[in-house]
Amino acid sequence: MMEWMPQGLWFEVCLKVFFAFMMVGAVMTMAGYSVLAERKVSAWMQGRVGPNRTVLPFVEYIPIFGPLLKKLGMFQPLADGLKFLFKEEIVPGHVNKFYYYLAPLIALVPALTTMTVLPFGQMYWNDGTVSTLALADLEVGILFVFAVSSLGVYGIALAGWSSNSKYSFLGGIRSSAQMISYELAMGLSLLPVFLWVCAPGSSESGLSLSAIANSQSGGAWLFLVQPLSALIFLIALFAETNRLPFDMPESETDLVGGFHTEYGSFKFGIFFVAEYAHIVIGSAIFTVIFLGGWHFLPFIEDPWPANWIGSLLGVGWFLAKTIFLIFFFIWVRWTLPRFRYDQVMHLGWSKLLPLALVNLIVYLLIVTVIDQNAAANL
Amino acid sequence: MIAPDNKEMVNITLNGIEVEVPNGINAVEAAALHGKEVPHYCYHPKLSVAGNCRMCLVEMGTPMRDRASGEPILDEDGTPKIGWVPKPVIGCATNITPGMHLRTESDLVNECREGIMEFLLVNHPLDCPICDQAGECRLQEFATDYGRGYSRYVERKNVKPKRTRLGPRVTLDDERCILCSRCIRFSQEVAKDDVLGFVDRGSFSTLTCFPGKELANNYSLNTVDICPVGALTSTDFRFKMRVWFLKESKSVCTESSAGCNTLVSSREGTIQRITPRRNDQVNDTWMTDSGRELYKLVKAKSRIRRPSFQGSDLPLDDAISQAFEALKNKKIGVVASCHSSLEEQFLIKRLVEETGAKVFIRGHFGEDDGILLSADRTPNLRGALVAGLTNHYPSDHLNDLNESLADGHVEALLVIGEDLKDSGVNEDNLRKVPLVFLGTHQNSTSDCAEVVLPGLTVFEKSGSLINRSFFLQSFDQAIPCPAGLMTDFKILARLIDLFSEDSIAPSELDQIWEALSSSENSVLKGITFLKIKKGAIQLDESKWEHLSFVEKEALHYLPTGVIAS
Amino acid sequence: MAKTVVLERKPLSFSERTYLPQIATGLKTTFSNMFKPKVTLQYPEEKPVIPNNYRGVPTLVKDPNGREKCVSCQLCEFVCPPKAIRITPGSVPEDQDDREHVEKAPQEFEINMLRCIYCGYCQEVCPEEAIFLQDEYSSSGFTREEMINNKEKLYELGGTIPDRHYKWDKKKEAETDGNTH
Repeated sequence: MMEWMPQGLWFEVCLKVFFAFMMVGAVMTMAGYSVLAERKVSAWMQGRVGPNRTVLPFVEYIPIFGPLLKKLGMFQPLADGLKFLFKEEIVPGHVNKFYYYLAPLIALVPALTTMTVLPFGQMYWNDGTVSTLALADLEVGILFVFAVSSLGVYGIALAGWSSNSKYSFLGGIRSSAQMISYELAMGLSLLPVFLWVCAPGSSESGLSLSAIANSQSGGAWLFLVQPLSALIFLIALFAETNRLPFDMPESETDLVGGFHTEYGSFKFGIFFVAEYAHIVIGSAIFTVIFLGGWHFLPFIEDPWPANWIGSLLGVGWFLAKTIFLIFFFIWVRWTLPRFRYDQVMHLGWSKLLPLALVNLIVYLLIVTVIDQNAAANL
Repeated sequence: MIAPDNKEMVNITLNGIEVEVPNGINAVEAAALHGKEVPHYCYHPKLSVAGNCRMCLVEMGTPMRDRASGEPILDEDGTPKIGWVPKPVIGCATNITPGMHLRTESDLVNECREGIMEFLLVNHPLDCPICDQAGECRLQEFATDYGRGYSRYVERKNVKPKRTRLGPRVTLDDERCILCSRCIRFSQEVAKDDVLGFVDRGSFSTLTCFPGKELANNYSLNTVDICPVGALTSTDFRFKMRVWFLKESKSVCTESSAGCNTLVSSREGTIQRITPRRNDQVNDTWMTDSGRELYKLVKAKSRIRRPSFQGSDLPLDDAISQAFEALKNKKIGVVASCHSSLEEQFLIKRLVEETGAKVFIRGHFGEDDGILLSADRTPNLRGALVAGLTNHYPSDHLNDLNESLADGHVEALLVIGEDLKDSGVNEDNLRKVPLVFLGTHQNSTSDCAEVVLPGLTVFEKSGSLINRSFFLQSFDQAIPCPAGLMTDFKILARLIDLFSEDSIAPSELDQIWEALSSSENSVLKGITFLKIKKGAIQLDESKWEHLSFVEKEALHYLPTGVIAS
Repeated sequence: MAKTVVLERKPLSFSERTYLPQIATGLKTTFSNMFKPKVTLQYPEEKPVIPNNYRGVPTLVKDPNGREKCVSCQLCEFVCPPKAIRITPGSVPEDQDDREHVEKAPQEFEINMLRCIYCGYCQEVCPEEAIFLQDEYSSSGFTREEMINNKEKLYELGGTIPDRHYKWDKKKEAETDGNTH
């Protein structure tokens, strides 16, 4: 199906690297603009206007368009990023230098790694074949996501420990405790989904993310079929990304800045970007699993044609859903107050985990009954 | 002035309480002795009684006696019946008699005071914001006590001249004058220069100088001090500073050997004015106008602010070392000063003993005005005698120093403040020897000195002086000295330390006084600096009775010769 | 002694205990807030309306005749808690016609805005109603010296405000109408 392309292993590798850079670029840009969105949305919700002063020298003079971009603060992420780059780099004297420098990288790398398996659309080839758009469409995609994204907590725990400060240390501890608590519920909440998708008789199988997305094409979105799973997954996602009401590791009110108290300039910037990258990836995964991915609406076949236009529209639709979820993340942050640490633990262990187990068992029974019926009908 | 000089104590009843007061003093003073203030404007303890302000009205009474028998008339409860004078009397002109009854706080008295205050304020301008007296104004004080707070006077106030020049140093604000006549009485009685008087009638009465005369005598500023309101103002201090900013330090006037007690008022290290401090044995409540100007020396152009060696500035420590280098192993001549404090003179004496130097000292003399400006224009000539710097009375020249320099008997000079050329020393002789100058202001001697050590003015240091009546009086530091300088006796103590190998010279006031008071046959025996601070100490002057002091008879001073005759 | 009454709480219903309806209500509130009018002032371009009794930068004012009102009584200097005011008093020459009867005026009047705490005591204490804390609130400078307002600056900031007393005019009237000596 790639006969029009030049062949060769090196070319394949170069192409993948090129795509990888594109993907990183796209995710980082989205992370950057999520920060802007965070500031803008919070401002609007609080009766303010948010950043509306930053502008590039010449863009300002473009009629209508220039002032609009300025008013929306579209150049604010650029200014923020540059600020992080050019700020004085201060390293406190009491830190463990090696791990102190390592921690931000460990926080960022998993966030960017998970996107390799993230499918974001479909390519309709001229010869009628359809392939998934992803850097690597693994068969065990979701397992890979779980495995890698959990590594992100190492960055935070390491930052807390190497800073050698009580606030950072508490932040790190809370972070790891919270990750472990919600990882379980998250994993359990997804099991029924796979049971459902991979039920005998259905065409899809395996733990591939693209398979899950495609299983929702023209049918019910999974959050309609499994609302409880979706809810638990969403809550756990908030906890995993350290977003309010679960931002225990940071909690400015009691821990100054939490794990990044001792970090400044670009190292803080990396933490910052990693946090938003997590949100972007998390939103995308939720979209793929529960919101039908790049497919149009529940019970409606994709209205776009099966060619390159359709591919683009699909990717666009996927992006739209993801952006809505990012907005939802921001929306919740500026609505709910923070949980107390013990409440977080209580919710995770004695509410979400049992609920996820019950959910699993109930769907196990339902799927068994359906399977029995299907077998009987055979 | 009206208080008779007797110490006989009598009993009176003040506001119903029996108290003991000296016989014959007036009611104002008697009440003051027992903590009851009788407000007054025209009365001044050192002036005659005029009784024209009517503010000091009090109730007076005596126990009633039966005319026929002479027996005391008793009340129903057995206490003697008091015959109160039906109208209040003025306290300043009411002398105490035994058994007298006084009321200074009764309703009638308060009503009288309120009435008087209202009349005084009828034409008084609302000048307090710009009045220099504000803050130390009797009218303000009693207005708060007895004023009504608003004016019932709806007519227009009088307008009078606001800045009449009474003399070179006194400006009169006619509107503020309450016609108490203190200034007039002062000019007549103390300054003996009768130039002031009232003209016109009623509310147009005005204080003025007699035609062709002006208030120009050397005591004119005392009228400003005694003016109970802001009518008479010092042209020098006018509009300079509000009095509530001023920090007051006790000092002694160094203009002449009269040794007027003064208060130096300063703000943030800048002296704003000098006023007399009451001392009934020395200066009553007066001082000379010329003495009040001495503070200008502190910021004078010719003030020496930095130590110098051969014309270039250097730190004080180095300058002292240079001074030692210039003086050591030579026949030293020390020109001491009658302007130095007793402590400094004592250390000069120490230095002289340590180095075997020869002491020269001169006096400064002028006209004696018979009041508080004595013929001896140095504050501490008697200190030099007491400290043992000289045994004979200093003359007003240093011809013997000139000779010693010409002969070569003096090979190096330490000069304390004196101007040698002015004292008859030949400049060529002066050029021959290394010269160390310790003084406050530049003069021809400091100009040709090898080492110049800056001294401090009387306002920047503490110490004591002995006045013409052999009163030992202390002065306190009023303002900080210029940066990097040291008080004179510390410089001298350093010099002595350099000369002597085995002893340390006292360099604190307490140490100096320990040394001063310890010698057996000294008139200073048993005196500490703290004692002098508490009050002037009369020294035994019999040792120096044979000297012919130049001072003439003056206020609180009789020359020894006069006593003898 | 106050009596403590323990009120019985209504037990939470199931839906309340899930916390979800409350979250939904909250989300609705914040969402609807997004479309409400904004209260932000674009500061340097738009300035807030200053109320009449606002305590801004202390200024010196002139009377309607354009004469300076301050007579340098130094009460403000005395009352100033952080000692921000420094006045050098001076006298007005006798021959100045428009300022007849005014004898004293500040030669220099400095308010150190780095020290000033905007307490308004100076305005309260001023017997001549010459110093006012007006509506100026943003004073800035590049050096410490710039932050010391001198007399000229203070009059420039203060301008003229209505006066009900006309103290000096009344004095002049009294003089011309015959109560003179």
